[in-house]
Amino acid sequence: MSSIIASDLLKPFKLKTKQQELLIRVSILCLVYILAFITRLFSVLRYESMIHEFDPYFNYRTTLYLTQNGFYDFWNWFDSESWYPLGRIIGGTLYPGLMVTAALIYRLLHFLRFAVHIREVCVLTAPFFASNTTIVAYFFGKEIWDSGAGLVAAILIAVCPGYISRSVAGSYDNEGVAIFALLFTFYLFVKAVNTGSLAWGLASAFGYFYMVSAWGGYVFIINLIPLYVLVLLITGRYSMRLYVAYNCMYILGMLLAMQIRFVGFQHVQSGEHMAAMGVFFLMQVFYFLDWVKHMLSDTKLFQAFLKITVTFAVAVGAVALGVGMVSGYISPWTGRFYSLLDPTYAKDHIPIIASVSEHQPTAWSSFMFDFHILLFLFPAGLYFCFKRLSDATIFIVMYGLTSMYFAGVMVRLILVATPAVCLISAIAVSATVKNLAVLLRSKNKVVQTGSTKGTSSGKASSKASLDQSQPFQKNGAMALLFGAFFLLSKYATHCTWVTSEAYSSPSIVLAARGAHGNRVIFDDYREAYFWLRQNTPPDAKVMSWWDYGYQITAMGNRTVIVDNNTWNNTHIATVGRAMSSYEDEAYEIMRSLDVDYVLVVFGGVTGYSSDDINKFLWMVRIGGGVFPVIKEPDYLVNGEYRVDKGAAPKMLNCLMYKLSYYRFGELLTEYGKPPGYDRARGVEIGNKDIKLEHLEEAFTTSNWIVRIYKVKPPNNRW
Amino acid sequence: MGRSSSTKDAQALFHSLRSAYAATPVNLKIIDLYVGFAVFTALIQVVYMAIVGSFPFNSFLSGVLSCVGTAVLAVCLRIQVNKENKEFKDLPPERAFADFVLCNLVLHLVIMNFLG
Repeated sequence: MSSIIASDLLKPFKLKTKQQELLIRVSILCLVYILAFITRLFSVLRYESMIHEFDPYFNYRTTLYLTQNGFYDFWNWFDSESWYPLGRIIGGTLYPGLMVTAALIYRLLHFLRFAVHIREVCVLTAPFFASNTTIVAYFFGKEIWDSGAGLVAAILIAVCPGYISRSVAGSYDNEGVAIFALLFTFYLFVKAVNTGSLAWGLASAFGYFYMVSAWGGYVFIINLIPLYVLVLLITGRYSMRLYVAYNCMYILGMLLAMQIRFVGFQHVQSGEHMAAMGVFFLMQVFYFLDWVKHMLSDTKLFQAFLKITVTFAVAVGAVALGVGMVSGYISPWTGRFYSLLDPTYAKDHIPIIASVSEHQPTAWSSFMFDFHILLFLFPAGLYFCFKRLSDATIFIVMYGLTSMYFAGVMVRLILVATPAVCLISAIAVSATVKNLAVLLRSKNKVVQTGSTKGTSSGKASSKASLDQSQPFQKNGAMALLFGAFFLLSKYATHCTWVTSEAYSSPSIVLAARGAHGNRVIFDDYREAYFWLRQNTPPDAKVMSWWDYGYQITAMGNRTVIVDNNTWNNTHIATVGRAMSSYEDEAYEIMRSLDVDYVLVVFGGVTGYSSDDINKFLWMVRIGGGVFPVIKEPDYLVNGEYRVDKGAAPKMLNCLMYKLSYYRFGELLTEYGKPPGYDRARGVEIGNKDIKLEHLEEAFTTSNWIVRIYKVKPPNNRW
Repeated sequence: MGRSSSTKDAQALFHSLRSAYAATPVNLKIIDLYVGFAVFTALIQVVYMAIVGSFPFNSFLSGVLSCVGTAVLAVCLRIQVNKENKEFKDLPPERAFADFVLCNLVLHLVIMNFLG
């Protein structure tokens, strides 16, 4: 009796299979959304809510300015605190998408009466957008394969280290929102191609606009999409839907992108964007020919017409391109673009690009580190894509292959490849698991309906005959399913481990294990910047290598000579020259640049290896690239870079060496070693008796990581 | 000999094109006229730019892109409302027109911003 009542009561809550599936799907997506957010919070828990690394400090500073002074001031901001004495036009030389996004979130939260600080918003922007990316990945996967693949893609991308490396809390950089924008644009474009609707094309144009406003990587989109269109044209998959999607996206996207000042007229003037325009005109010619062909019944006439039109179009295109190139109207490809296509280009021609560690070619280990099992699921997914070729799968295959190439060229571009790798791997996982599950289920059915095998449909009977030929199929499928489960769980563990160990350190606060296994924190950077802020005149100019420029302006609030926006190579080379000259020559340069303080980073006491002495050869190379008086062999002994007694005499007396090792000869760094033992390089230094003539030590942080020197005024003349 | 045959071919081509085009529905013809007008306007602007110079480059670009954009969007509309295209059988012409208007609205709002 009571059970009947209970079942009556429960009846409204009983769901149909479809509804159950929807419920499960939505709840999985919600969990993935939350997971993607919280897995990126390691750094906040370990350290504190702070901005990481170098570039994010600039973004943070500009966001602060934007929230305090409003959009117009931000847009017209001339920053006199960097690139002294040149200054920098901020509004016209940055991608404002990230700052505007963070400022909007900040405004929204304040409108809802959440009194958060802008720093918290900036710290959490990247994880928030990573969560949004998982949702986009779900819809993208659903569009190219099915909802199962979409779910797997969302889960894979939520924890994939290749993406986490750029989107942990505190890593407030353009990439954080740009990967979301990239994937979103691609999704909308594929949707537009699949439906052939102008509205989706418009949406993808807006996605592209957001991407352009956020990151220079938009060049990838504006080249990949034309390439995709071209491939479809060549393989004979041209359709009206493609025409509608591409043209709407291109025209509107280009116009919208021109509203970003930093991009400006590049879409019609720079060589990198010409592929898109060429394909646009090609589409028009193609459409026109298609239309004429449709109207003409006579094939022979059409052949003649085709010949004339194609010759004409090719001639016009070639002439236009030639005239544009010769007259300098179309700028040639930039060095950055070349260095992407040819990995050895930057090393030979642009030391300033090659000097950045994240621009190095990728090692195999970092592929394994960042992708783990996705690395071998990727080819499997490609196989499935080729098996079920459609416009959408061709797109994801092309995205995957091109971005994989770029990921091999530069370490940081693993980030761009990550969504594609996740999606393609998700197709592999989903398709495999689905096949296996179907096998398991159909077997049961066959056992039940074994007697009526003859009357069942052709498909079932063929499956049944297949079953007979492979007796252990069910067990095999079981084993494979468990194998897949095992691999995926390994992936999850690996991702969590990588996130917590490798990608969650802010790099502005250093952590090390002490002798007793306790955690030692080196907070020297902030100590030094705080000292600058408190103890130097507000208009003091600080010279340092460009890596620290953004941090000095953001945290120290002082003017710098060069910073991480490496727009003026000569200026950087001047600083490099000063660092690698003898003290009196360097003094002349510093006087001419009006420098008051010099800041160097030194890891000899703590064993911190990415300090200025280890970066010094790049200063020499970059300085020597502009000023030939600086020669790299002068600093090397038999092609070897050393700082001990056997070092080159110029090395032992250049400004950087003196500033780094001043008074270091008196210091005992490690038990059982002589004084002046450099722990970062593991040698006793060669010049312990350093006298400074034109500079004096102003401040050295508690672990000697940052050393600040004051430039003395010139001596009296009599 | 060759020349006369090629002119004959061209004549035959034009003739058959014209006769085939005569069968096009009127609404498509109107769109074609619109597209032709837009392309013509764009050409005038390009010629003008070639003579006078492209100094306010954003104005020139917005003028030309306005025409090109209009033309391309109209071609898209033409594709979508053409009954012979089987790919767009499910798309009602009202929806196609609404999309067209929306895209044009965005296009011209951006152009107004860009005109300077």
